[in-house]
Amino acid sequence: MNRECKSVRSVYGQTLVELGKQNKNIVVLDADLSCSTQTQLFAKEFPERFFNTGIAEQDLMTTAAGLACTGKIPFVSTFAMFATGRAWEQIRNTICYSNLNVKIAATHGGITVGEDGASHQALEDIALMRNIPNMTVIVPADALQTKQAVEFAAQYNGPVYIRIARTSLPDIFDEKDYKFSLKANIIKNGCDVSLITNGETLVETLDCAKMLSDIGINAEVIDVPVVKPIDKETIIASAKKTNKVITIENHSIIGGLGTAVCEVLSENYPVKTLRIGINDEFGQSGKANELMDFYGLNAKKLTQKIMGLLK
Amino acid sequence: MLNQISETEIGELKQVSTKIRREILLMIHKAKSGHPGGSLSSVDILNVLFNKCMKICPDGKNNPQYDLRDRFILSKGHASAALYAIMAHCGYFKEEELMTFRALGSRLQGHPSSKMLDGIEVSTGSLGQGLSIGCGMALGLKLDKINSKVYVYMGDGELEEGSVWEAVMNAAHHKLNNLIAIVDRNRLQIDGSTENIKSLGNITDKFSAFGWNTTEIDGHDFKQIYSAVENAKISDKPFAIIANTIKGKGVSFMENNAGWHGKAPNEEQLNEALKELV
Repeated sequence: MNRECKSVRSVYGQTLVELGKQNKNIVVLDADLSCSTQTQLFAKEFPERFFNTGIAEQDLMTTAAGLACTGKIPFVSTFAMFATGRAWEQIRNTICYSNLNVKIAATHGGITVGEDGASHQALEDIALMRNIPNMTVIVPADALQTKQAVEFAAQYNGPVYIRIARTSLPDIFDEKDYKFSLKANIIKNGCDVSLITNGETLVETLDCAKMLSDIGINAEVIDVPVVKPIDKETIIASAKKTNKVITIENHSIIGGLGTAVCEVLSENYPVKTLRIGINDEFGQSGKANELMDFYGLNAKKLTQKIMGLLK
Repeated sequence: MLNQISETEIGELKQVSTKIRREILLMIHKAKSGHPGGSLSSVDILNVLFNKCMKICPDGKNNPQYDLRDRFILSKGHASAALYAIMAHCGYFKEEELMTFRALGSRLQGHPSSKMLDGIEVSTGSLGQGLSIGCGMALGLKLDKINSKVYVYMGDGELEEGSVWEAVMNAAHHKLNNLIAIVDRNRLQIDGSTENIKSLGNITDKFSAFGWNTTEIDGHDFKQIYSAVENAKISDKPFAIIANTIKGKGVSFMENNAGWHGKAPNEEQLNEALKELV
């Protein structure tokens, strides 16, 4: 489907600039990827509050931690692979253990990294961030949700991980009636099956729900932008209604949103739950949309799979 | 001419170091675990820093000068016993609390925790992270135009962590002359001699090559420690003090013995050690 898409990364950079104007304690750090992450927008506006640590992600995270110790609110950006992989222990032992006010906004999460291939496709970032105490984990699905998630992170006291989509995304939420919160969003009510997703797969899931509706399947679509702390109530209520739950995510099926939903349901209202995501494997090069198709994450493939399951 | 330290002051420092060394051994003995070797090698330096060189704020946030305090990061967090003992001596908390070291519910965690104990600037324990934290603090203080210094106390074995050298570059790049790194060069790590395991070579030259000002001192000589730190305070660049020390300093059977890196003395060993520390 063709529709107008917005660069979520640009929205991230612009939001940082706005926040920087409002609060002089906002500082931004990057590790030589400021053009990709769009922190360059902040760097141009506030060069004295921008720190490029070079290709040194461990130093990036712990320098941000030190800045937070002096009352600054650091936003740290690089690719999700290096932010959460290379510097995991810095995030765990320095940022989260000391509960420092560091915001990690990583781009290039998931299979949609595309042509760069498996080495750069972080399929594990949500799993890696979700298991650290004190960390809040957010996966926004469009430009507005990204902007509001970044604004939320700036006013929230404590470490936050935000996965900023690499791809440009169509608008899903409307400024008139959307306000970011820790709650999940029921985007479409339904009674036959619960489709629980977030981030770049939300738009695909909504399109999938339309296709399912054409063949008489009334799916409920729930957006869970905050993977931690997860909104248990909304998930349990939906499972009680449909008794069939499918999670969809641009991430490994191990440890991410699907796992988080299974944890909630198995302890509270066990229903059969299927996790759709990247199976326990590495990605590969290709265009983002080709990879979404290849790994079964676009609307068409999701519809085929879900139809087969519900038959 | 920088201030010199007087003979009277040296006498006092010596007494304090002995007291701290005794407390370290008592704490580790009581806890039946801990790191005597690297704690004992650090005592004299921490003593001079906390008692002579740093602007400290043992009464915490109630003190109007709190924001202007110098920042201290124990990057080699396993020397926590030494830090706690010096902090108690300086009035951060009561000395009785030292004997809770490493026990369940204690504020004196095995490695320092900023969430548990006021006065700890940031939690440490995992090696190779303190210097980057120090860079961040130094940058933050400069942004706020606060003249405080940031002291990062590192182990020599810790310099095997690549992240340290990321931070060394970072500090030089930003000309962080409010950052002072002190390396406890006791030449031993858990598995043996640093030079046998991964030779560190000339650490002073390494820091110099990265663009730091440096000095090499005897880390048990109060005069040398004091003048090195006072010099570092007026440096135009980040400053590294390479302090040659003796692991286990003060207890003959622990000195220069890697086996005492992370081992608690038993009753007999404790008593023998305390006899030497008078």
